[in-house]
Parts: sequence; C-alpha cells; structure tokens
Amino acid sequence: MRLRNPTKTLAIGSFAFWLFFFVLVPNVMVAVVSLLSRDESSFVSLPFSLESYLRLSDPLYLMVFIKSLNMALVTTLVCLLAGYPFAYILARLPGRFRRVLVLLVILPFWTNSLIRTYAVALILRTNGPLNWFLVDLAGLRDTPLDLLYTGTAVVAGSVYVFLPFMILPLYAVLERMDPAYVEAGRDLGAGWLDVFFRITVPLSMPGILAGCLLVFLPALGLFYIPDVLGGARDLFIGNFIKNQFLDARDWPFGAAGSVVLTGLMGVLLLIYYRGMRRLGEKVL
Amino acid sequence: MGKILLKRAVLFSVYAFLYIPIVVLVVLSFNQAKFSTRWDGFSLVWYARLINNSLLMEAALNSVLVAVSSSTIATLLGGLGAFSLYRYQFTAKRAYYGALYVLMISPDVVMGISLLALFSALRMPLGFGTLLLAHITLSLPFVTVVVYSRLSGFSPNVIEAARDLGASESRALRLVVLPLAAPAVLAAWLLSFTLSLDDVIISFFVTGPAFEILPLRIYSMVRLGVKPDVNALCTVMFTLSLALVFISQLLLKEERI
Repeated sequence: MRLRNPTKTLAIGSFAFWLFFFVLVPNVMVAVVSLLSRDESSFVSLPFSLESYLRLSDPLYLMVFIKSLNMALVTTLVCLLAGYPFAYILARLPGRFRRVLVLLVILPFWTNSLIRTYAVALILRTNGPLNWFLVDLAGLRDTPLDLLYTGTAVVAGSVYVFLPFMILPLYAVLERMDPAYVEAGRDLGAGWLDVFFRITVPLSMPGILAGCLLVFLPALGLFYIPDVLGGARDLFIGNFIKNQFLDARDWPFGAAGSVVLTGLMGVLLLIYYRGMRRLGEKVL
Repeated sequence: MGKILLKRAVLFSVYAFLYIPIVVLVVLSFNQAKFSTRWDGFSLVWYARLINNSLLMEAALNSVLVAVSSSTIATLLGGLGAFSLYRYQFTAKRAYYGALYVLMISPDVVMGISLLALFSALRMPLGFGTLLLAHITLSLPFVTVVVYSRLSGFSPNVIEAARDLGASESRALRLVVLPLAAPAVLAAWLLSFTLSLDDVIISFFVTGPAFEILPLRIYSMVRLGVKPDVNALCTVMFTLSLALVFISQLLLKEERI
C-alpha cells in the first residue's frame, strides 16, 4: 500500500513518536512507580499502595515543600523588583544600542548555569572579592561577611541564574507598549505613581505573569544551587527527589515527590493560563 | 539630568550583577596563586594542568561526542516537527504545542528521573546510548521552536507553488523549505550542542560511571569547593558556549529581536 503523503506521515510520525516514547511514557511510569512499593533488588515491586504519599505528609517532608515554595517565591519577588525597572528602562532606549544590551541579557541563558552558580560562590566566599571589597577596599566592615553556605547565598544564586527569565518577557511586553498611554495619563493630570500603577503595570501584566512563571517553576526544582551555595544544609524538593532516587534508593518515595512537584507546576500553569485568558492574551 | 543618571545606574547595576561574577571567574583562572583570591601574577599553569589531566580530556571527548550526535539527531527530528507544525493541519496539534512548552519548562530533575525509570525498565545499561537519547529529548523543544519561528515568517504559498510546478512533497521540503530555513537549522544545531554540553542534571541521572562527561566532572569538582583549576575549566566551557551562542544569534539576527 502506498501512503498518500509519505513526507507528511514521516514528519508528524517521527516527532510524535519521540514525544510519546520519551516524554509521555516515562512520566506515566514515574506516576506508576510512585504507587508501588519499595524493593531492595529491583527498586520497585507490587503491591500498589499510597504509602509513599502518606509518608510525604510527614511534617519533616512537608517542610521540604514549604521551604522550596518559600525559596521560589522570594526568588521570584526579588527578580520582579530588580527586573521590572531594568526592563522598563531598556525598552525605552534607542534601537541599535538596545539590541546589543538585550543580547547581553540573553547570553547567560545559554551558558552553563552550574558554572555561573560556581562564579557566585567564588564571589561570596569569606576571602573572596566581595569581602575584599567590603573590608579592605571600602572599609565598610571590620570583619568579613560569612555569606557562603547560607540561605541568602541560595537566594542570591537563584536570582543570578533566573533574572534573565524575568527580564525578557517583561521587556517584550514593555517594548510593545505605546508610550502614548503614559503621556495621555500625564496630560490628564495623573502623578507618575498613579500612571505607573494604573496604566503601565496593568498593560504589562502579561509580561509580569510570564516572567513570574518562568522564574518560579525552575526555582521550585532547584538542584545544584543549594548544593554549591547552601552547602546542602537545607533540603529542597529537587535534592529530595535526587536523594531518594540515587542515594536512599527509595524510588516510590522519590517518584511521589516528583509527582507532587509536577502537580504543583500543573496548578501554577493553570493559574497562568486562566490569568492570561482573562487578560485577553492568546496562550499556545 | 538626575533621571538619566538614575536610569544609567539601574542599567549598570543589573549588568554588573550579571557579569561581575563571570569576569572574576575568568580573571582568577589566570591567577598564579593557589589559595587566595589576591592577584599573584599572570599564569597559564591551571590551563596546562587541565591539558595534562587525561581523565578530564577523556570526559571532554565524550561530551563532544554526545553533543555532536545528539544535536544532529535533535535538529533532524525537531526540524521535521517544526515543518509539520508549519505545513500540516492534523489532530492533536494543540497537544503537540502543549507538550513542547511543558517540556521546555518542566524541571530537569523530573525529566531526569522519568528517563531513568524508562531506561531501567528497558534494562538499558547507562552510558553513551542512554545519554544520547536523553540529550535529544532535552534539545528537541528548543530546536522545534527556533526552526518553527523562522518558518512561520514565510508564506505557505511558496510550498504550494513548488507543488503546483510538479515537485513532490519531499522534493519541496528539500529544495524549498530547507534552504529557507537553513540559518535557523544551523542555529538550532548550535543551540542544542550547547544545551547538551552544559546539561548537568539530566545527565546526572542517565549516565553511569563507565561513561563520564565534562559537566558531571565539573559538578563533582565544584561541590568540593573553589579551586583554581576549576576556574580554568569553567572559563573554557563558558567561552565555548558563549562563542556558539553568539554565532547562532548572528544567524538568527535578521528575523529576531
């Protein structure tokens, strides 16, 4: 039998096959594993049980989730507060110069974030450049700051790694925004704060939503940033999942953590989707 | 006047924040001193040590091998995917899009363990093969989006014209679409190369001790703390991905930003 359009079949088929076999199937498998029991020799075995999920509700593990959510939230807020004014100013710059500056924001995204995390550790350590600046050069402090291996360092590292994800969607929206709206508001006698909160912010809402999503989601699954900058003192969801899979060898427990993480993300995506719809933006 | 100054200060501080750590890393990699961050004179000693470290060189070779093969296959598959999204109407097209975006933002840890579960269920030994499959999956959505955004700038009538003139579908794809999309295809290849070369988390789950790659070596070194030869290695990696991304951005320049 000859196919009517072999190219079409091949193009759609190969791609769909890959997504099915290497994305859908593995994720369904993780969900199934989370419902199985632990087994020493083959990782998992029957019978089905909800035990892994019940164990997750232990306050010890609930704290892991709460801490991760908290860390992701703080990171997102700091990125928004730092990224918004930056994106706003960037969007109002003259053309040629602006393109180079935008490229400078994009570049870090494609470079190794582990290396950038390491660079932050280099800066923050007790006898590192930051303390050299604070103590020796500027004389702002008598003793060096012990920043490395603290929660602050983890936030600083996360902001460092995720800031471009916040800036780019904000920039995309602000650049499109017609400055006439702001001018009209000013002409009609509104103060700049009023104009900002009642014109600029609502108009840039799609960018704010997208930026927050793009920072919050990956920040929720942090993995090596706490390792390198927090000294692995605090446990986050990402580390928890890794430990269960590779160290404790308790696959159902780790899989349950992963399913909950995926579920959390699903809820966030849904909120994002509904929010964008309400703003009249097309998603997908 | 004050307003302009304030604006410049905001711009400057964000760029300083983004780039000072990297500059410090690069500078310290040329520092002779072993323990301190004080400048002790220019030296290439740490780079020489990298080249003489045969384990590291082997890992680097493995990394390049995986990166070249995975980005080639990912570009092929993702290119076909982008072409189907651009050219054809079919059922579940929205699901297709959805899967791509979910894949792009889903945490690497989740992708890592799900692939590990798949490979161990299939009893595949962890090594080059599993790493290759994982990296293709990782790069696929990025390739598709890059190629698709280039294709969507062209009128579909171009293909229809070729078809009307008697070209078969595959001939139209080869002789019309491919040349049009060529810069984006090349850019996508370079981007998936850097993605593969930089990935730590997914590789962490899907490779075994028999097949070590560079990012994982870096990860184990970095966890032990700050050392000058790590600085040198990180500088090399960083420069490499920067160069690749820069070239790919140049290739995409006409249509983007």
